[in-house]
Amino acid sequence: MSVAPTDLVLAAEPVVRARWTRDYVRRHPTIVIGGSLLGLMVLMAIFAPYLGTVDPQELSPIHRLRWPSAEHWFGTDMLGRDVYSRTVYGARVSLTVGISVALLSTSFGLLIGLVTGFSRWADAILMRIMDGLMSIPPVLIAIALMALTRASLENVVFAITVAEVPRVTRLVRGVVLTLRELPFVEAAFASGTTLPRILWRHVVPNTLPPLLVQGTATAAAAMLVEAILSFLGAGTPPNIPSWGNIMAEGRSLFQVAYYIVLFPGAFLSVTVLAINLLGDGLRDALDPRLARRL
Amino acid sequence: MPSSAVAGKSPGSALPPRPGKRHGERLGLILPTAMFAYIVRRILSTIPVMAVVALFVFGLLHLSPGDPAAIIAGDTATPADIARIHKALGLDDPLYVQFGSWVWRLLHGDLGISIFTNLPVTTLIAQRVEPTVALTISTVIVSVLVAIPIGVLAAWKAGSWIDRTVMVFAVLGFSVPVFVLAYVLIYLFAVRTDWLPVQGFVGLDRGLWPFLSHLVMPTLALAMVQAALIARMTRASMLDVLAQDYIRTAQAKGLPSGRVLIGHALKNAAVPIATIIGIGIALLISGVVVTETVFAIPGLGRLTVDAILRRDYPIIQGIILIFSAAYVLINLLVDLSYTFLDPRIRY
Repeated sequence: MSVAPTDLVLAAEPVVRARWTRDYVRRHPTIVIGGSLLGLMVLMAIFAPYLGTVDPQELSPIHRLRWPSAEHWFGTDMLGRDVYSRTVYGARVSLTVGISVALLSTSFGLLIGLVTGFSRWADAILMRIMDGLMSIPPVLIAIALMALTRASLENVVFAITVAEVPRVTRLVRGVVLTLRELPFVEAAFASGTTLPRILWRHVVPNTLPPLLVQGTATAAAAMLVEAILSFLGAGTPPNIPSWGNIMAEGRSLFQVAYYIVLFPGAFLSVTVLAINLLGDGLRDALDPRLARRL
Repeated sequence: MPSSAVAGKSPGSALPPRPGKRHGERLGLILPTAMFAYIVRRILSTIPVMAVVALFVFGLLHLSPGDPAAIIAGDTATPADIARIHKALGLDDPLYVQFGSWVWRLLHGDLGISIFTNLPVTTLIAQRVEPTVALTISTVIVSVLVAIPIGVLAAWKAGSWIDRTVMVFAVLGFSVPVFVLAYVLIYLFAVRTDWLPVQGFVGLDRGLWPFLSHLVMPTLALAMVQAALIARMTRASMLDVLAQDYIRTAQAKGLPSGRVLIGHALKNAAVPIATIIGIGIALLISGVVVTETVFAIPGLGRLTVDAILRRDYPIIQGIILIFSAAYVLINLLVDLSYTFLDPRIRY
């Protein structure tokens, strides 16, 4: 007799799960579309060597400026390098920068935001600094930092993180200031819970939903800034193919070989679009009040 | 920001008129003083912000590891080059002396001397300011003219296919990088059809059509993001207002939809829209740097890129200060405009 209930559960579960999935897709189409597109890009970046690519740095002057064909899917550039391989490998740079900047600026922003939310004098000093940094357009902060350091991927990530931290800090501070006044935090204080424990158990978990949404916006912004920096010649060094510097190299040849600019540009647009859709969907799913408005 | 503006109002103005004092007196005397105090306070609040910007711009050069002169000079520099840059930037003085004299010169409108061209940075910036200002103004005009009507329409027809189409375009506008869009436009209007000049800039003094025809593509490329931003905010703000009771009242008394939307709803939705236009200027400035590169427009953006490639740090410093000051000033004007956009906001 003990077998029967187990059988029932086993029989019922796949049906329930299928319905749940279908409902989820119907309710949050943007999360599903954005998430799948982004997933595809991540897979492409990881498995770049196995996707019919050749060495993206391999020069072949005889084959330069070939139009897209069966041999070179996206054509070749002025040095005979395969644009398809360069574009596929370029996904690695964009995604690395996007994800690293999102993680780093979220961590630093959370830390600084918590401090400013609970310490009046730190708030006075740090928020003045953040206000000042926020009035400098992010691309210019990154440009200024890159002009002073050697071109490398680490420096690009660092420069964009510096530009993005103030926005995250301001968001966290706002959430913390609201939370601090709520009864459950007050009750925790009254019952003698220590500040670190309150922060960890009550405050930080409540900052995560908005931080997740902000994180997607940060990742999208970071990928655009990286592409802009590389496009202007102040970003990823030329020996690493990135969507920005492939486009920079194709710039002067645009009128004769526009495909060099077109393919990395299209991949960059689709990836940023995927992240933005994901972010929009997450905001709708996590914050029903905001969902109606934006 | 509207929230801080509302929060910052003095409690006095919200009180009922005190007995013995005439209503008009209260309005005539107290309000302008409070408003004047707010305006002064708001103007003064830009000083610490600009001070932080100046500190950042100055500190960057000196906090970075290694000798800044060697970094600026690059890998191929001789010791003589480095010594020359040391002298040009005054790097041999103590740091506080350098900062003091730098700020002192800054306050007198002296942004330093370009390392590469040996010309004053202010002169270089002044030469390049016209195309950038023209491009920025045309972009703001185009994006506002496009975005507000479609934002209003999307909110009015919320949930319909019009709304969904507008929102899809808004997400696309955020996602397509300005230089990708710029190249698509060049391909469509200059390479394939030859309708518009591929690149360059022509001043207004050489005729209206040459001036405009060179501005069309860069403006469209830049306006896409701005329009997306403004349209989304217009829609969101309008949706909030359209849910209010007075909108239902206006509709119930039989006013035509157009008058309800523009006269009642848009007027009350204006503050967040103005705010987002101000904030969007930061994005616009970033876009200008790229757009000027794509279209070979000799503006401040092009100057920035040349300065990066030559590591001409005084120019980069000057440009960051100018752009940030412009951004702070525009947002100051936006904040002050709330009083006119929404007379309920009192300070």
